[in-house]
Amino acid sequence: MANVTELRINDAKRQVNAESERSLLSVLRDDLELTGAKYGCGEGRCGACTVLIDGLPTRSCVTSVAKAAAHNITTIESLEREGKLHPLQQAFIETGAMQCGYCTCGMIMSAIALLRKTPRPSEEQIVEAMEGNICRCGIYSRIVAAISKVSKGGAA
Amino acid sequence: MKSQFDFEPGFEPERYELDAAPAYRFSLGRRGFFKSVGAGIIVALMVERALAQQESGRRRGGGRTPQDIGAWLHIAEDGTITAYTGKVEVGQNIRTSLAQVIAEELRVSVESVRMVMADTKLTPYDAGTFGSRTTPDMARRLRQVAAAARELLIDRAAEEWKVERATLSAENGSIVSKDGKKGSYGELTKGQKLTQAVAENPPTTAPDKWKVAGQSAPKANARAFVNGQHKYTSDMKLPGMLHGKVLRPSSLSATLASVDTKEAEAMPDVVVVRDGEFVAVAAPTEFAASRALKAIKAEWKATDQVSSKEVFDHFKKNARGGEGGRGSTKTGSMEQGLNAADTKLQQQYTVAYIAHAPLEPRAALAHWEGENLKVWTGTQRPFGVRSDLASAFRISEDKVHVIVPDTGSGYGGKHRVEAATEAARLAKAAGKPVKIVWTREEEMTWAYFRPGGLIEVSSGVRKDGSLTAWEFHNYNSGGSAIRPLYDIPNQVIQFHDTNTPLKQGSYRALASTANNFARETHMDELAHELKIDPLEFRLKNLKDARLRAVLEAAAKKFSWGSKPANGRGVGIACGSEKGGYVATAVELTVDRSNGAVKLLRAVTAFECGAILNPDHLKSQVEGCVVMGIGGALTEAIQFENGKILNPRFSRYEVPRFSHVPRLETVLLDRKDLPSAGAGEAPIIAIAPAIGNAIFSACGVRLRSLPMAPDGVKV
Repeated sequence: MANVTELRINDAKRQVNAESERSLLSVLRDDLELTGAKYGCGEGRCGACTVLIDGLPTRSCVTSVAKAAAHNITTIESLEREGKLHPLQQAFIETGAMQCGYCTCGMIMSAIALLRKTPRPSEEQIVEAMEGNICRCGIYSRIVAAISKVSKGGAA
Repeated sequence: MKSQFDFEPGFEPERYELDAAPAYRFSLGRRGFFKSVGAGIIVALMVERALAQQESGRRRGGGRTPQDIGAWLHIAEDGTITAYTGKVEVGQNIRTSLAQVIAEELRVSVESVRMVMADTKLTPYDAGTFGSRTTPDMARRLRQVAAAARELLIDRAAEEWKVERATLSAENGSIVSKDGKKGSYGELTKGQKLTQAVAENPPTTAPDKWKVAGQSAPKANARAFVNGQHKYTSDMKLPGMLHGKVLRPSSLSATLASVDTKEAEAMPDVVVVRDGEFVAVAAPTEFAASRALKAIKAEWKATDQVSSKEVFDHFKKNARGGEGGRGSTKTGSMEQGLNAADTKLQQQYTVAYIAHAPLEPRAALAHWEGENLKVWTGTQRPFGVRSDLASAFRISEDKVHVIVPDTGSGYGGKHRVEAATEAARLAKAAGKPVKIVWTREEEMTWAYFRPGGLIEVSSGVRKDGSLTAWEFHNYNSGGSAIRPLYDIPNQVIQFHDTNTPLKQGSYRALASTANNFARETHMDELAHELKIDPLEFRLKNLKDARLRAVLEAAAKKFSWGSKPANGRGVGIACGSEKGGYVATAVELTVDRSNGAVKLLRAVTAFECGAILNPDHLKSQVEGCVVMGIGGALTEAIQFENGKILNPRFSRYEVPRFSHVPRLETVLLDRKDLPSAGAGEAPIIAIAPAIGNAIFSACGVRLRSLPMAPDGVKV
């Protein structure tokens, strides 16, 4: 298969030259220096690599770059606009919803997808939607609180 | 003062990964790291080297040697305050709490203190960030450094303004006099090149007067963690950098019989290294490196290995130690104690090997500049990794520079980081920087594990509930918190070394989790035998005021004693480790058809002296409880004949959102007691509390961790 030469990331076209079977995660991180998405498991089971593809939360570690080409990819790096954090990012800080922070970007991307689909999720809906994201430090209850905080403000 | 703060480091035989002492000691000149800063004031706290070693739990090492720098602080001409410590930030938020204690003493806001951490060229020697020692040791030292700096600034102002020292005080980054003179720290340090060494006794601020310390300051640099800008080691990149991959043996302890690397060597831009048993590749992309690794043909010689199914028998058969062994104690006479008992109980408990599974696996970026090696890596022991590198490459430690970016957690699992040596070996061969990030499978196979353990308890108790005899044997897992805080006149306590089929080492709270699980489960069993309420039974045998206080606080918040709703079970447990006191009460339901345990509530009371940051303390306590749920219910490393059978999250279940009950946390703030660490002790009560609640729900007594689902299923 031919190499992938272009990706649509955060509303911009980015030139790459990547073997088609490479993971989207490795291309984002190693070729484009978008390192907010993290490697955690390589099998789509921890959510640290979550990005949005056409608005849907996607595990970029198990998504080939070929499959992602021609779709709209959104990464954590797009959320802060003109020095202003997204309300969900702000809520993570305010509720102290991180310890080591390694899962945080993936958590935020999964939560953004949830809030776009369900602007006012119940606690059960939050837990269900976030179940695929692991926080090994165990800060789960504060992440739920951060998401609830934004949904109540209706700002996502 | 010192005796008040330094409690015994304790008996910690299970730090197996540290057994090999570093070959060399810090040889960098004391003034070496001061070169990095410009004019201003430097205040350095001197400590005895022997003390530094003792605090860090290092077992070997020389006697008392000349004084060494324990921590230091610089105030620049522009007033910038920078403190230097060898501790690492792995999510426990000490970057924040250490800045808070410094800000407190210097009377400035927490934002105006910059922390330089874990850089072997800039920060003083530190044996590692473990054992909950940062708060009792490093926070205390930094308070003293900062207090000494404040006093020095007051001296400077008194001298310059020719006024009585007593008329001066520090406020908001300035020295002010009663008659209205004011000089900022920057102004007072202008043109200075002052280096002051202080001993450990400058006047620090009492916790009940704290304004900045003791408050819930948000995580330092939090913004960089929510917008993806923070660079963990695994995110780093240098020009020309290659990605490395290491050939792993076919099974644990297998040795290389033969290897053919020709095909990999023929690949463009691929570097192949074979150095003894070490076979590895580096290439411009991870993809190309993986492809090259696959092209290597190797044959391995394996020997038969013990499997998880038979490991507990294996521990017992290979046990050493016992009477007179490390950590063993004997009080009174077991025979008399058992004779005095109305009820006797003998039980066996087991805990599985488990993985730390930090979400950021081991990672390192290595770069040689001539003879000098620079390595960025996520470790809890930057100076230990420096030693390992120096000895691997047969160079002196001053040629090795290790830097630890704030790291994607550790939990005691990143004391040794082989990725650093692997990356450095490849970088040396390639003549280019090389980064290695272990895969999840590598992390859960080739790192070290929390030891599995077998524990045997034999006890005697009178009808009235007073314990008369207690015999406790721990095989393999370790001696932390092996001694009960209950008042028992006749005791035999023994830890037995054995041989372990897996590489094992430190894990959050060490073996206190295992020992506390066995002890607190056994206590619950005795209470039920005697038909005494489990809380009442504990309190009856417990004089320790701090442990009583958390038990009572948890029980009160939980409303212990009221009958649980139909089908629900409740359980309580307590314990103490590393200066922290914890009690947890749990409410849950059990579905015996599928073995599911649903936690509804976990109430934890915790006390660790004066609280430095209530919000971060709460988050540490809750993090411990959540992590403990994994070890209690679902986590176990399965292994068979040298192969780890479940080294990935799809087969090794760690706690997720749905596993977390409603968490209620009570923090007892003892401003009259020195602050102890909190990253470990709160993990030790949750497992027995869950087990005791399972018994209360369905009458099934579980004595093996993890407990679900097989333990509960009909």
